[in-house]
Amino acid sequence: MRPILEVSGLAKSFGGVAAVNGVSFEVRAGEILGLIGPNGSGKSTLFNCILGQLAPSSGEVRVDGRPITGMRPCDLNRLGISRTFQLLQVFPGISVRENLLLAGQEHQGSMWSRLLGPRDAGLARAAERMIELFRLGAVADQPAGSLSYGQQKLLDVAMAFMAGPRLVLLDEPAGGVNPTMLSGLRERLRAINESERATFVVIEHNMEFVMSLCTRVLVLAEGRVIAEGPPEAIRSNQTVIDAYLGS
Amino acid sequence: MRRETVLALVLAVLSVVPFALKPYGIYLLSLWAVMTIAAIGLNLTLGYAGQVSLAQAAFVGIGAYSAALMTTHGWPLGAALVVAVALCFALGWLLGYPALRVAHHYLAFVTLSFGTLVFLVFRNEEWLTKGVYGISGIPRPVLFGWSTKAALDFYFFCLAALVLVAAGTWWLVRSPWGRAFTALRENPVRASSIGVDVRRYTLMAFAIGSALGGVAGVLYAPLVQFIEPGAFALGLSFNLLLMVIVGGSGRFLGPFLGAAVSVLLPEWLRFSEGLYLMLYALFVMALLAFCPAGLLGLKDLFLRKKLR
Repeated sequence: MRPILEVSGLAKSFGGVAAVNGVSFEVRAGEILGLIGPNGSGKSTLFNCILGQLAPSSGEVRVDGRPITGMRPCDLNRLGISRTFQLLQVFPGISVRENLLLAGQEHQGSMWSRLLGPRDAGLARAAERMIELFRLGAVADQPAGSLSYGQQKLLDVAMAFMAGPRLVLLDEPAGGVNPTMLSGLRERLRAINESERATFVVIEHNMEFVMSLCTRVLVLAEGRVIAEGPPEAIRSNQTVIDAYLGS
Repeated sequence: MRRETVLALVLAVLSVVPFALKPYGIYLLSLWAVMTIAAIGLNLTLGYAGQVSLAQAAFVGIGAYSAALMTTHGWPLGAALVVAVALCFALGWLLGYPALRVAHHYLAFVTLSFGTLVFLVFRNEEWLTKGVYGISGIPRPVLFGWSTKAALDFYFFCLAALVLVAAGTWWLVRSPWGRAFTALRENPVRASSIGVDVRRYTLMAFAIGSALGGVAGVLYAPLVQFIEPGAFALGLSFNLLLMVIVGGSGRFLGPFLGAAVSVLLPEWLRFSEGLYLMLYALFVMALLAFCPAGLLGLKDLFLRKKLR
């Protein structure tokens, strides 16, 4: 099957430090790829380079065979690529429902039709579905900033799915989410992966979560890919164990 | 009380009170309406979209000079309005470009420089603006046979303009655009990741806010009937900023209250004679020290105390 995302020779340096040092990989349509590696191995920088938040020093990123390097985050998002953030990134001052509407509205019509159209941009039902799916009903009309950390994390994920994306990059979705919520999150991600044929790339430190969710795992250390394969193989890979524990 | 009831009551009071006032009182109320319009514009740029601007006085000035120059040459005020809005919208759009690169106090300085530049044009380009001599004899408009020459008539003209601007702004901030503006203020990185075109919305916030400054200027010129550059110097920009902050930045009713504090409060304090401006300054300092969110923030503070 043709890859949905191709990254080739991607590198990013900050001053003399190479945070990402020549990373190449492919993501096939419909798969859930795990991206793991010790702290500082370049995972988030890699995401930021793919999504246009950082300009890569060299290398190329293609989506559906089309080069997207240098495109703006908002344009990429409107191509159907969305993301969640490692640190909380919701809009604290507006309600949960408004956060969701905002995450979908720029995908509807043109700038002018949004000005003249209805307040909810025709997204009330889509927002309601997300609220139900992520069990945010009790807090739907509260300011997002008043939610618990775990709930804000769920909202962050829900926002990434509002516009029905084809490719979602999730940066530590499990961080700070309690175990019960976490298994629920895994179920929902699986359900969306199957029903919408959405492709995911997931950065995560929670090994249990990664190994049970992902179909394939990529391991990064010091800005390079050191291993790649199905979860079982990665679990017993000596290079990976050394990278985490120090050889 | 329902919102509509409150609104109707306020409008009724604003329509009846001027009949009991002397001309100076009517002038002050008109000035309040005009400054509220300028502050609504700044509130859109600063309060909703989070872009600090210290150039609002420049746009009020551009509006006022457009009105003064055109109406003293026989053009109707409506034509001046079109020119001023188009000019301020375009210049506001351009002024938005630096905001794409710098934010907060750096942006404040960029806009401050723009404000100074426009002031210098008003003062030095005598062929156009008559420099420090100013432009006098600015006529008040006649609308469909209704002359607004008398103070009371012109007040109602300003009040009607304020109602129109307020209704338009209410509609704008409740549209998806308003939500996108809020997103710019709260988290531009996240906004771009959910498809919000940060560049376009930032420029739009600047352009619309500046255009409203122009609208205020078009009303200001026939209100005072004599304009000179000093009125649109940095002092006015700071004053407008104060109105937005004191009223409650990012809140719809903030500019109405802020302009009332800035325009009317000093006058009410005149009983203290020489001290009135000092009392006014103390009031503003105390308010912002105890309630940085402005007058509308006081309401929240009060509600929270009651809940405790």
